[in-house]
Amino acid sequence: MVRTVTSFGRSGTFDWLYQRVTAVVLVAYTLFIVGFIFFSDDFGYQAWSELFAQRWVRVFSLVALLSTIIHAWIGLWSVVTDYITNRMMGPKATVLRLIVEALLAAVAVFYTVWGIEILWGV
Amino acid sequence: MLKVSIYRYNPETDKAPYMQDYDLDTQGKDLMVLDVLELLKGEDPTLSFRRSCREGVCGSDGMNISGRNGLACTTPISEAAPKGKLVLRPLPGLPVIRDLVVDMEQFYEQYKKIEPFLQNDTPAPAIERLQSPEQREKLDGLYECILCACCSTACPSFWWNPDKFIGPAGLLQAYRFLADSRDLAADERLSKLDDPFSVFRCHGIQNCVNVCPKGLNPTRAIGHIRNMLLTRAV
Repeated sequence: MVRTVTSFGRSGTFDWLYQRVTAVVLVAYTLFIVGFIFFSDDFGYQAWSELFAQRWVRVFSLVALLSTIIHAWIGLWSVVTDYITNRMMGPKATVLRLIVEALLAAVAVFYTVWGIEILWGV
Repeated sequence: MLKVSIYRYNPETDKAPYMQDYDLDTQGKDLMVLDVLELLKGEDPTLSFRRSCREGVCGSDGMNISGRNGLACTTPISEAAPKGKLVLRPLPGLPVIRDLVVDMEQFYEQYKKIEPFLQNDTPAPAIERLQSPEQREKLDGLYECILCACCSTACPSFWWNPDKFIGPAGLLQAYRFLADSRDLAADERLSKLDDPFSVFRCHGIQNCVNVCPKGLNPTRAIGHIRNMLLTRAV
């Protein structure tokens, strides 16, 4: 019915599913990190760097980072298309929405690249 | 004495809407809100509102009664004004035509989109298309909707996107046809709902369930539609 090109999956069903799947990943990652901090015997630089020296932890962290980006994009896209609408603001809403979405995309790319640098840079 | 505060707006004479206060002697009776409106209209004929069956069947007198959407004819003042003050406003989110009368166009546009009629191009049997009692049971809780718009106008997603989000009333009816064993257009119907707005602007806050004067559950119906969409998508 309504065609959209800036939503993440371009289908409501896929956006909805991605939102749920990424939420589950984020819960798992949060529990993992909090659990590690909580249960490690002598938590400090040594334990932390040993943890992130393992490839699977880096991959898991990258998956969690991408999940955050996807989750945030779907959520914020909903917020933007709820509040910055042509119905309420007229034609200028299109420009404003495009600017906000472009900024969000730039932030998403920046954090993704930076996150990869950090994860594989130590 | 019952204090009544009513939203008044006549676009021909008023620059802006305002609240007008009335006092009404209810003679100790627990009247329905519609009775209150009728008595007040007797005193002030300029007061405008819609009503028809006066028994919760036609869905004409949906309005915001002391902050909560409902039908004036089935809401007693003991419930709507326990402290003796009744506040009546038009249904939120829709354009006001006059006083408590709103323009329902956007609401009906969404209802139209879901094609609220049986679609079946197989040859019609001599008498009727039969359903088993189990198949018929699936329509319970769906067919009873009277399209009063109390639910859709209580929904923030419908307030923000009344042109794109079908809204709880329309989606309840969409599922009424998706669940009907005699309807054969489920796939086409679902294809038309699979965008980020029509169904998925529902975030499940259940304002619709909370206000439905017929006790229906649009959120559950929307959940069923979502499961159907998901089933064909994964």
